[in-house]
Amino acid sequence: MSEAVAHPQALAETYEPSLFGTYSKKIGMWLFLLSDSLTFGALLYAYTYGRISTPNWPTPFHSESIRNATLMTAFLLTSSLTMVLAVRASVFGNAKTQRWWLFATMACGTAFVVLHGREWSNLIAEGLTLPVFPTVPHHTASAEFSNVAQTVPQFPATFFGLTGMHMLHVTLGVIYLGIIALRRTFIPILLGLWLIAWLATPAYSPFHYGAHVLLAAAVVCGVIVWLKPKVYDSSDVEVAGLYWHFVDLVWMFIFPLVYLMSTRII
Amino acid sequence: MDAIQVALASRVAAQHRHHGKGQFFWVWAALLLMTAIEVYLAYQNMQPIRMLSILMGLSLIKAGLIIAYFMHMKFEVSRMKWLTMSSLVACLALMCIFFPDAFRILTLGTK
Repeated sequence: MSEAVAHPQALAETYEPSLFGTYSKKIGMWLFLLSDSLTFGALLYAYTYGRISTPNWPTPFHSESIRNATLMTAFLLTSSLTMVLAVRASVFGNAKTQRWWLFATMACGTAFVVLHGREWSNLIAEGLTLPVFPTVPHHTASAEFSNVAQTVPQFPATFFGLTGMHMLHVTLGVIYLGIIALRRTFIPILLGLWLIAWLATPAYSPFHYGAHVLLAAAVVCGVIVWLKPKVYDSSDVEVAGLYWHFVDLVWMFIFPLVYLMSTRII
Repeated sequence: MDAIQVALASRVAAQHRHHGKGQFFWVWAALLLMTAIEVYLAYQNMQPIRMLSILMGLSLIKAGLIIAYFMHMKFEVSRMKWLTMSSLVACLALMCIFFPDAFRILTLGTK
């Protein structure tokens, strides 16, 4: 074994070569992503089904929403670039650079979630809402959006379902990268973020309850790093990168289908 | 890191070292450019079917670039490429079975 440690290639060659020419962790992530793409596929098909079968499908997205969604897309695409640069830095054994690229990726992902949350809050306040969301006090909904929510309830149901699922994936992706970059040091940071998100959002906001995702993630991550403490290597960074790029990939279909195809042209 | 981790890291390094940083910037620029084209097209008041076809075409190209370069699929062995991509496309294509029903709803009760 000591000879194998001295020559890692020799150790790799003692195992039977993989059928897929790569390591099992990466194949496992690909299998998860294939199953997750069917989840998003089902949601996108449900949205498209609703659109085809509803003659008066609304086009509620004004230029402000489109600008916001375009900026979100730019953040997500840039985060994919910083993620491949993090993988590249890890491959060359440059731990410090890898960590900074991971932080840049997390910053872009966080910007995406914040912009998306702001857009959700604006739409809900305007009246494009779901029955499960509490009403916004001291705020009059606009007739246009209230009308959409009442006459075509499929629109807010599929819109919030699809974009909410994606927002959850981005949030979990940022947490995943945080654990890869900082390991157990990230858990108190995550708990701090949970407290800020919970206390800073008003009680009627869906994000007031959604913030508890951060608490649940902190508990799960705490158990994982306690059960299997390890130094994350380039294979872990690459596998985390696969997840991150998948989140970006899904948005490449949500953005045109949901936003651009429902643009209000005045 | 233990011996297996060291071996794994060296294997990842061997798979990634052959390509330069520049190609990632090209792919990123192409993705941003295609996004800008999509936003421009959204304001062109086109027929929905025509616009949907163009937007989905651009989205498929963008998805292909992300999978090939960012997700490294272009550099995997062909068995990995074919098995993962063909199974994904087959499963997603099967979901199209619902669309005729969506069109049918529009004409229900009108005969």
